[in-house]
Amino acid sequence: MATYYSEDHEWITVEGDTATLGITQHAADQLGEVVFVEQREAGDAFEKGGEIGVIESVKAASEIYAPLNGEVIAANEALADNPGALNESPEGDAWIYKIKISDASQLDDLMDLDGYKALIG
Amino acid sequence: MTDTPKLTPLYDLHVELGGKMVDFAGWDMPVQYPMGIMGEHKQCREKAALFDVSHMGQVILRGDNVGTKLESLCPQAFATLKAGKARYGFFTNEDGGILDDLIVSNAGDHYFVVVNAALRHQDIPHMRANLDDVEVTEIFDRALVAVQGPKAEDVVGELCPVARELKFMETTLADIGGVECRISRLGYTGEDGYEISIPEADAIRLSKLFLAHDDCEPAGLGARDSLRLEAGLCLYGNDIDPSTSPIEASLAWAIQKRRKEEGGFPGAARIQKELAEGAAKKLVGIKPEGRAPARRDVEIQSAEGNTIGTITSGSFGPTIGGPVAMGYVSAGHGTPGEKVNLIIRGKAQPAEIVVLPFVTQNYKR
Repeated sequence: MATYYSEDHEWITVEGDTATLGITQHAADQLGEVVFVEQREAGDAFEKGGEIGVIESVKAASEIYAPLNGEVIAANEALADNPGALNESPEGDAWIYKIKISDASQLDDLMDLDGYKALIG
Repeated sequence: MTDTPKLTPLYDLHVELGGKMVDFAGWDMPVQYPMGIMGEHKQCREKAALFDVSHMGQVILRGDNVGTKLESLCPQAFATLKAGKARYGFFTNEDGGILDDLIVSNAGDHYFVVVNAALRHQDIPHMRANLDDVEVTEIFDRALVAVQGPKAEDVVGELCPVARELKFMETTLADIGGVECRISRLGYTGEDGYEISIPEADAIRLSKLFLAHDDCEPAGLGARDSLRLEAGLCLYGNDIDPSTSPIEASLAWAIQKRRKEEGGFPGAARIQKELAEGAAKKLVGIKPEGRAPARRDVEIQSAEGNTIGTITSGSFGPTIGGPVAMGYVSAGHGTPGEKVNLIIRGKAQPAEIVVLPFVTQNYKR
């Protein structure tokens, strides 16, 4: 199991060809209090760089971009009733998707924790 | 904005309090503090919050019959505004649109006017060009601080007992912490509270005195926006602009009877016609049924799927606990209870037309 980070402030923890995807604590702090999350449904395929959902704070809406090609296995339904969980535990219980990875080679374009820490300073 | 942002007299305090600074109309302003927009919003509804609104333009008008002369630019009855009273109004253009909204106070030997930050550069020349023999002085050396919320009277009254005696839309000069301030009982949150004009050298010291009260915390522009939206108050540039008339904007209440009947202000022909016959569109409250906020520019459709209007302000309402919005719908629509659809990211989301405000205004009359 390894965790990777994207420049769009997502994390993905990979187990074989599946992964769990969410936003980083840094991203959650920048967004402010989350009031709504729009998620894709199980079975939806996506490509790297494509929009795969929207996170709305009191002030603004922010898109979630796919860090690699894949398909949604499951969306975290708990976020519908409790979007504020994204501020509390974005790197824990408040994951956004379980996904199937289509092209594992794209993981090489992502950062490890040290690289991500350097990005956010 | 390529210019260096302007700083208010409270800038150092915002930084000290951990304010998240953003550019607003060319000013470096706190959008929120560490408490966050939701907490600051609730603080204001339940206790008291302090806002820096020094970016707004403070103007002094001196001369004979200033109130009467203002009536040539605004559809409000300013000639009969008594000393010690403040009144909401707006400048209109010849087409009956709104050039800016403002608060005019009769300060006895002069008039005190507060205009929007983004329109200082427009409003001040407008007054200078059109108010004959009136000395128009823009004030640059005073902060403007709003203390708002059900506990505002306690917070301000401890330092300034006369504040307790003021009623909604009354204004006076008073000593606060050894300096003379102009204190007015009004605001932009739907709550009781004050706006206080303070000499810039004393602004941080007095703000800290207010914040020393257990019930008072700082709040930023984020909470100011969600508070005013729940209170059904228009934001210039979003909900009103030079193309919208006050009748379309559901602001007929702000035009006094004599002015409605007599006219004599820019755009009177259109405004009087709309008063008599109704306007082509009107501003209404809109409550989305789901959790998705409907923001500015979202299309409003009738239940039958026809485009009937556009959202002009929309956000999450922390007191309501869900999304709230305002927008214009065309004539024939807009009855409270009417079901509409909001087209958010291509999907129709159900919503209902509601009576504004979303929360009961809590003024001390």
